[in-house]
Parts: sequence; structure tokens; C-alpha cells
Amino acid sequence: MKVLVPVKRVVDYNVKVRVKSDGTGVDIANVKMSMNPFDEIAVEEAVRLKEGGVATEVIAVSAGVLGCQETLRTAMAIGADRGILVETDAELQPLAVAKLLKALVEKEQPQLVILGKQAIDDDANQTGQMLAALLGWPQATFASKVVVAGDKATVTREVDGGLETLEISLPAIITTDLRLNEPRYATLPNIMKAKKKPLDNVKPDELGVDVAPRLKTLKVSEPPKRQAGVKVADVADLVEKLKNEAKVI
Amino acid sequence: MSEYIAPIRDMQFVLKELAGIDQVAQLPGCEEATADLVDAVLEEAAKFAEGVLSPLNVSGDQEGAKWHDKAVTMPKGFKEAYQQFAENGWTALACEPEFGGQGLPKVVNACVTEMWKSANHAFSLCPLLTTGAIEALVLAGSDELKATYLEKMVSGVWTGTMNLTEPNAGSDLAAVRSKAEPQADGSYKIFGQKIFITYGDHDMADNIVHLVLARTPTAPEGVKGISLFVVPKFMVNADGSLGARNDAWCVSIEHKLGIHASPTAVMAYGDHGGAIGYLVGEENRGLEYMFIMMNAARYGVGLEGVADAERAYQRAVTYAKDRIQGTDIGVRGGGKVAIINHPDVRRMLMNMRCQVEATRALAYVVGAAHDAAVHHADAEVRKQNQAFVDLMIPIVKGWSTEVGVEVCSTGVQVHGGMGFIEETGAAQHLRDVRISTIYEGTTGIQANDLIGRKMAREGGATIKAVIATMRQLDGELAKQSGEDFAVIRRRFAAGIDEVEKAAEWIVANYRDDVRTVSVGAVPFMWLFGIVAGGWQMARAALVAQAKIDAGEKDPFFPAKIITTRFYADHQLTRAAGLAVTVMEGAAGALALEESMF
Repeated sequence: MKVLVPVKRVVDYNVKVRVKSDGTGVDIANVKMSMNPFDEIAVEEAVRLKEGGVATEVIAVSAGVLGCQETLRTAMAIGADRGILVETDAELQPLAVAKLLKALVEKEQPQLVILGKQAIDDDANQTGQMLAALLGWPQATFASKVVVAGDKATVTREVDGGLETLEISLPAIITTDLRLNEPRYATLPNIMKAKKKPLDNVKPDELGVDVAPRLKTLKVSEPPKRQAGVKVADVADLVEKLKNEAKVI
Repeated sequence: MSEYIAPIRDMQFVLKELAGIDQVAQLPGCEEATADLVDAVLEEAAKFAEGVLSPLNVSGDQEGAKWHDKAVTMPKGFKEAYQQFAENGWTALACEPEFGGQGLPKVVNACVTEMWKSANHAFSLCPLLTTGAIEALVLAGSDELKATYLEKMVSGVWTGTMNLTEPNAGSDLAAVRSKAEPQADGSYKIFGQKIFITYGDHDMADNIVHLVLARTPTAPEGVKGISLFVVPKFMVNADGSLGARNDAWCVSIEHKLGIHASPTAVMAYGDHGGAIGYLVGEENRGLEYMFIMMNAARYGVGLEGVADAERAYQRAVTYAKDRIQGTDIGVRGGGKVAIINHPDVRRMLMNMRCQVEATRALAYVVGAAHDAAVHHADAEVRKQNQAFVDLMIPIVKGWSTEVGVEVCSTGVQVHGGMGFIEETGAAQHLRDVRISTIYEGTTGIQANDLIGRKMAREGGATIKAVIATMRQLDGELAKQSGEDFAVIRRRFAAGIDEVEKAAEWIVANYRDDVRTVSVGAVPFMWLFGIVAGGWQMARAALVAQAKIDAGEKDPFFPAKIITTRFYADHQLTRAAGLAVTVMEGAAGALALEESMF
């Protein structure tokens, strides 16, 4: 069974992002880029499926600029067998990525696609769901436990009320939550092997996908600065402020 | 907040632009070290250093290694961290592929070693000492010894130690008294006590391979009568499994100023009938083997100066940005500001920063020269590089660690009263780095090695060549416009003049008046270190300017030029005073009668 794992190159979680002065986005020039942490969990899960004898091949996929190759090498250092870069300088939105992934799924015929539930840059939380819809496959999102047996996957999901367990038929889409696993540190021999693993480069045109943005970003601004707190005299005062100032009750 | 962030940006810059990693990757045997692989190695090593080693730094310091009943228990988490470190292959990075190593260049190893040391100085000593022992066996061990021990040591399953020091044989190894009695089966029985044995015992690995200096019964007196032996903690059976416990015991560990998690053992060999040992190489050549490895060990310790200073700098910057105290000087009625706004705090932070960058740059450049000295196809080029490495090792070891102590001390100062309180963590870096100027040859030993063996003995040939190379940069500096480069150029040129003057004086007077010249050894080591560091900073500034001219917008580049300017004004200016001390400082030092002290 093949497993496809899409990985996104994002600003490293340690970096404090700065909004560009013209409000068109955040400044990503000269900042450290890394693999989206949710995607790292997805790679780890796929590699564990392979080590457990369930999967036979793990293919990492990324879409974006040439620099995404580094992200794919990181995935291969964790244990993915090969990588595919869909190279484009265009701004990619979740629907375009889902279409690119659909094209790759049709080409590679995986039984399972494991994605991070969202990326830490735009927090869209859409690609996995859109891909499932485009393919007409079952989906289990926000997975905290995955067991694959035969042509079925049992997925435990974290929901507001607690844990929900779904059984879905393969082929299927799974998106990962933070508690699914703890990604390993890549070993030095695997880092060196990753360099020699195959990495294909395709263009959106070759996949027949139009990646032109459908959404227009009007403005990106910093969240409002946190205001200093005030001391309230008593409970009545607190209730009054919550009602009339904060307007939350 | 992640405690330590590996300075990958500066490491990559130094590797690529100053140490010439692309040229290193063209050396025979170093082809693996392409830019993308090196980047990946640095990224993943950084994750390990930040995520696994750094979180154990404070707890390891507080808990310390514990001795009980002739065995050492490591602080919580160290065993697991070490096993993960070994399983992930980091012990094998620069080792020979023949024995399971990855054979990556020394200069790449320097970067990751710096990370291990910044993240956790005490932890890093175990792999450092093991590497030393591996190199000794590779260099001089018989095929049988190599087959028995090397693979397990390279993979980190077993660790190694270096047993040189005895209670009366510290810097003077001629005084080694441990005995080795030949046995009928070709092995030896070792008797004696060794002290200051780093990781002499611990619970992180199944076996410990001690390399021990001792004398055979027929050995001549002095340094020419010392042999080197392998003494395993557990005997190794023919099939590689572990056998009986050898008579090599850790009888206590030291209570130290710093590196509390690193067990410093007193080792007793042969108290219960004799420890079984195996000769490495030939009898009476032990010290020679040790000295060949010594360069590597001294280089590794030099990186500790860079590493602890980097960590201290990161902590000081974080604190200075966070700590609100006082108002801006020169602004009437202004609000309270973070202390990074105060000019003197700025000066301290810049002093820390520029010295971290200068010591790192010089260390990596020497690391790359070491790779060329080992791997270059042309014997003449190998020889030149080896001469450069030999000259610079005392600088990387002596100067960088002395700078490390200064920088870590300044780090405490930036914190004010809180720096003196252990819980801020600033004090630990100062306590930890304090050993680095002492072990593997004190600063005094390094400086004497520099002026004697590395300069006077060869009539100053190599240092003259280095001075000539440094002068070649003047043409490039002259082409740059602006005040910063004008100042950098002037101060660097003046610094070179001082090094040249002092070096000539040392070479001219060493033979006739070694006592007088030796007073100036450490000041000269500082002088040469500061100017050689300035050389690398000036090169860095030129590269940065070229990048800016080519349209690069990364703020890293203007920062590099500003940091170099600061270095010129605050470090290179020390050269003139040091040169006076080198050439005229002996009068007062030697005049007082011993009884008057």
C-alpha cells in the first residue's frame, strides 16, 4: 500500500512573523523556513505504518517554490521513500493545492493520503477536506490515533465532547492532530540517505491544474495589542463590565 | 521558549564564505559534504541540540553526576539522551567509514560539536573523549584491537576515555608512574592511579574503553618511556560479547566549579590483582600517539569557548530586551526602557557578539584547513595546511577559551544582580567554560607551545606566511567606501604591524632569553588571536558588502559589517598595548625574589 504525504514549507514556528508594511502579507524574506509541524506528524505516521508492515511506500509531496525541496528532503530523512515537488512561484490556495494533490493521487494511486490538519502559516484547515471531496473519498480529520487493517482504517478523532472513533474504507484521507504521535529526530545515516532518494519535479501545467488564486487578500494586519487590565471593585462591577464593555454576556 | 537556538545562519555563512565548504567538498574523500547535505545535517543537529540536549543542561548542573559504591550514576535523562544521540548516528559523524563512520569533514563536525557544547557542555564531553580514543586506536592500534573496539565506539555503543593525568603528573607527563607488567599471553597488567578522568565511569553505555598511559618495567625515564594501553571496563569475549569485570574502578569523582553533569573520575587500576590491558602501537611511544591526537582534542576544547560564549550571548540578549529598567540616557522625561537601550549594555552585548563571531570564524577556517591537510591531493598543499593548523591550534584552544571566559563573565554582568543568582542560568555558562582554559593543556601551555614549538623552532616561517596572507586583504579593504571600512582597514593593518613586530622579537630572542620571552607568551597569544580574529571578521565584512552590492536585502549582512567595525574599535585596538607587554613586560614579572611573594 502506498501512502502519500503532502508537506508544506512554512515559516519556522520559532520565528516571530512580521507583517509587511504595505499590508499585503507577512515578511518571509530571510526568515527560517521549516516543515509545517502538523505535516511532520503526518510523515511520522506514514513512516510508522511502513515500519509496521502496513505501508509499502511513503511518498512525500510538496507544492511551491524550489526551496520546498529542502522540506521534501527533511521528510525523506524521517523516512519517506521519495519526493515529488510541484514547482510553482504562484501563490497557492487550499483549493489549488487540493487539485494538484488530486492529480498526483490519480497518478500514484495511493490507498491513503495523510495530511497535517492545517498549516501554521494561514491556518486554513481546508486542503484535506477539499481533497476528499474532489476525490469522493472518505475522510477522517484531526486524528489522534490511526489503525489500518485490511481495507479499513479506524481513526480516533479529537472532538469537543471527547474522542470519536470512525471506521473508514480505503482509499481515504486522514488529517493529523498534534497528539497523534511525536515525530522522531532524523538520524544522521538517514539524512545522508535522503540526499540520494529520488525527487521528481513537475509543474502544475503538466498536471493540468490551473492554480490561479480564487480568493483575494484585501489586507493583512497585526492582531490588536493586548490592553492593560483593570481591577474591578466587586462581582457586580465585573458582571456590569462583562455585559456592557466586553459585551460577552 | 526554546532555551538554545543554534546560530545556523552564522554557521552557514562562515562555512560557505570563510571556511570554503565548497572547496572542502571537492577534496578526495569529502565529496559527500555538498552544500545541501551540510545544511540538512546542521538543521537536524540543531533540532537534536535544542530539543534533547539543551533541556538537560540546567537539571544536569543541579543534580550532578553521583558516585556510589565504585560506580557513577548520571543525572536524570542523560542515559536516554546519550542512547538517542548514539542511535541517531551523531557519534559517527566524522569517523572513518571503514569502521562505520560517515566520514564527514572536520569542519562540519566543528559546527555540530559547537551545537552539542552550547546545548550541554557537560554532555558533549563524553563523545569528545570517545572520539579522541577512537583516533588513537585508528592511528596506532593493531588490527585485532581495531576489530574488537572501533565499531562499537564509533557507533557509540561503548564510550572511551583518555587516562593521562596522575596526582603528580599533570602538565608534566614525564612524571607518569603507572606500571604495565607484560604477561605471557601478550597482554599487560596495569597498576596505578589516574585522576581527572572525564567520563571515567557512567551508566550511559555498556562498556568503557580506557586508554591509559603507563610504563613498562624496562622503560627509560621521562617522556620517552611511556606506553599507551587499552584497558576495557569489561573484558570483551571473542564473539564481541562482554565478559568479566576488569580491575579498573572509579574510586571517587571530583566536586567541581562547573560541568557538574560530567563525571571527573579518580580511576584505580590493579588494586585487586591487576587490570588487563593491551599495548597500543609500540612500547615507549605512547606520548607521541597522544600528542598526535592532542591537536584534535585541543581543537574540540577551543570550540567550547565559542559554544559557551554563544549560549551566554543568547541569554544576555534575551534578558536585555526583556528587562525594563531606567530611562533612556539623554532623553528627558522619557518612559522606562529595556536595558538593551543603555549604551553600556549595548557595548557589552556587542563585545560578546563580535568575539563569538570572530572565534567561530577562526575555528571553522582552521577546521577546513585541517580537512585540506588530511585530504588534499597535492602533498605540498597538505603540508602548508598542516603547518597552518599546527600554528593556529594554540590560538583556537588558548585564545577562544580565554575569550569564552570573558564573554560568559560579561553575560553575567549584563544580568546585573540577577546574573549572580543561579536561577537565571547566566552563571552556569561562566562556571562551565572556566575549565576550558585549563584542561587539554592550560592557556600557559598553549602559549608556550605557540611561541616555542610553533614559532621559534621554525624561525617564524609559518607565522610570517600568515602575516603575509593577512596583509593581502588590505587591497580589497582599500577599495571599499565609507567610514566603517576605512576604520576596519586602518585598525586591522595596525594590528598586523603589532603581531609582526612582536613575533619577530620573540623569534629573535627565544633562544638566548627564553625566560624573558616566556613572560610574553600569553599576551602574544592574545595579540595574535585578536588580530587573526580581526582577519576573519574583515573577510566577513567584505563578503557582506559584496552581497549588499549585489542587491541582497538580508539584515544579516549590514549587521556583519557593523559587528566588524565594533570589533575593530574595541578588540583590534588592544593589539598595541599587548605588543608592548609582550616585548617589555618581563622586567617586573621576574624581578621579585621568591621570598617576597
